[in-house]
Amino acid sequence: MSMALDTWLEVWEVVRRNRLRTLLTMGGVFWGMFMLLLMAGFGKGLERGVANSLGGRSSNAVFVWSQSTSLAYRGMRPGREVDFKNADLPAIRNEVSGIEVLVPRMQLGGFRNRTEIVGNGKTGAFQVMGDAPDLKRIQPMSMRSGRFINPLDMEQERKVAVIGAQVAKEFWGEVDPVGDSIQCNGVWFRVVGVFDSRQSGDTGERAESTIHIPFATFQRAFNIGDSVGWIALTGQPDASAVALEEEVRQLLAKRHRIHPDDEPAIGSYNAEEEWRQLQATFAGIRLFVVIVGSFTLLSGVVGVSNILLVTVRERTSEIGLRRALGATQGQVIRMILREAMVLVGVAGYAGLVIGVAFLELSRWLVGADNPTLGNPQVELNLVLISGICLLFAGALAAWVPARRAAAISPVEALRAE
Amino acid sequence: MIKLSGLRKSYASGGGRLEVLKGLDLHIRPGESVAIMGSSGSGKSTLLNVLGLLDGFDEGSYLLADQDMKDLPEVDSAGIRSRTLGFVFQSFNLLETKDAIENVALPLYYQQVRRAERMAQARAMLERVGLGDRGDHRPSQLSGGQKQRVAIARALVSNPKVILADEPTGALDTATSHEIMDLLDEVQQSGITLVVVTHEPDIAERMQRTIYLRDGRIVDEL
Repeated sequence: MSMALDTWLEVWEVVRRNRLRTLLTMGGVFWGMFMLLLMAGFGKGLERGVANSLGGRSSNAVFVWSQSTSLAYRGMRPGREVDFKNADLPAIRNEVSGIEVLVPRMQLGGFRNRTEIVGNGKTGAFQVMGDAPDLKRIQPMSMRSGRFINPLDMEQERKVAVIGAQVAKEFWGEVDPVGDSIQCNGVWFRVVGVFDSRQSGDTGERAESTIHIPFATFQRAFNIGDSVGWIALTGQPDASAVALEEEVRQLLAKRHRIHPDDEPAIGSYNAEEEWRQLQATFAGIRLFVVIVGSFTLLSGVVGVSNILLVTVRERTSEIGLRRALGATQGQVIRMILREAMVLVGVAGYAGLVIGVAFLELSRWLVGADNPTLGNPQVELNLVLISGICLLFAGALAAWVPARRAAAISPVEALRAE
Repeated sequence: MIKLSGLRKSYASGGGRLEVLKGLDLHIRPGESVAIMGSSGSGKSTLLNVLGLLDGFDEGSYLLADQDMKDLPEVDSAGIRSRTLGFVFQSFNLLETKDAIENVALPLYYQQVRRAERMAQARAMLERVGLGDRGDHRPSQLSGGQKQRVAIARALVSNPKVILADEPTGALDTATSHEIMDLLDEVQQSGITLVVVTHEPDIAERMQRTIYLRDGRIVDEL
């Protein structure tokens, strides 16, 4: 039998000697690790749930839409309807730097309006949007079949439509509708693609109940001239969405003769602030998890340390005898260290395994795409970090008792006997 | 085997220092048996602790098998305790959680001897002290005399050059004391140096030499 195994047998003997106390002590570490993983897992799940509801939408996306003026300006009375035009887009592209994607958008019947659509002999109400190919870069989607709008569709003003999964399901059930047609306001469009939204919750459902047709076709088919409903853009990675929003607003105000102080004339929204707040919230949650989890784990470790101190005190004469029989201080330290490592290691590992199992069970129960808990799970790096923390925790728990054990004078210990 | 010259040892006591050994000179030859006697507080246990490297000393010199023990590194003194010295205590100092064989084998554990080998050696040593059939008994299942035999077996298992015994019969009845002393006589006759601290004159009489300590000094020698 190797000496290494022999030393572990010594540890086992000590652990076995005080079964109940050992179990209670290990319970603290187990609970600490279990809670740390649980909080981290559900924290991450919540974060994913929210991220999913955003569906990978760009964090620096800006939306600008036209409204009515509220201030008189250059002889024009307040209450004038502002109408963005196609020409605004190249102007924005030329005069505002830092823009990555810039697309015009228009919705039939106005914002969030549903239009009666006929498809496969059935009728239903859905959103109809005029969009450009680059919309995919602002509002990511997964093509279930076919394709999204392409530049040729725009150039040739093709009467094609890309429909959301919900639209396809309602009209065609499980049959792929690509190649079939839908009718909208008396105009027929050939379905060229079906998409799933990458967003979850209401936003995702709304997106999948949408029909996208080429923006140029939309303008011609529904006879709206060169009007643009709203403009969506994203900034380059280093550009601030807040700054872009302001620059675009100023430029559009200038182009449409709007008073510089007439805020209500142009509506706008940027996701940056919301994104920042979310990030700050999640950073807070992560910090909370780390602090609470660490302290729970630490309290378990302190428990182990205390119990080891008691054990060392109880074993004073034994340790003294071992020293007298040839144990070095280093061997005594290693002996206590091994005991702590076993207590913390076994309990922590059990907490880790059961914690992961619990999270998997929760995921199975709530579903991997639960909008609130959004796939609660622990990432591998957290497991690895927790494992390393356990080793340190074990060493930490053993440090004081081990030093105290090593400092035991054999003379004093044997006299105590 | 043991050579002390001007050995002094003191302890901190109430802000000052209490000198316990006051310049001892002592020479013990290999294979010799020596009794150390003296009243309580005379320094005999301190002397035994210093000889056993369980405690250090302040001044003078201590040669053990011609090796200087002054300011010996902790690891070296542990090695000497394990290999060169054997201890027998008045209260046996056996580990209650281990059986007799495991108790005897303990010093070999610290010499990195593999388990099977140290168990074999321990079993052989228990045979030698007449407890071959008690190997799997825990100390609580043994009589006082048997416990001390186990302790002597433990002291002998490393083939030490010196056995240091502190009141080895102090906790035993007279008959058992004589049995233990017979065993220690055998040990000494096998060539091992034997140093015994005792209060009992009849134990001391069995030794080749008796040293009397008083107030940290050797006052007489027979």
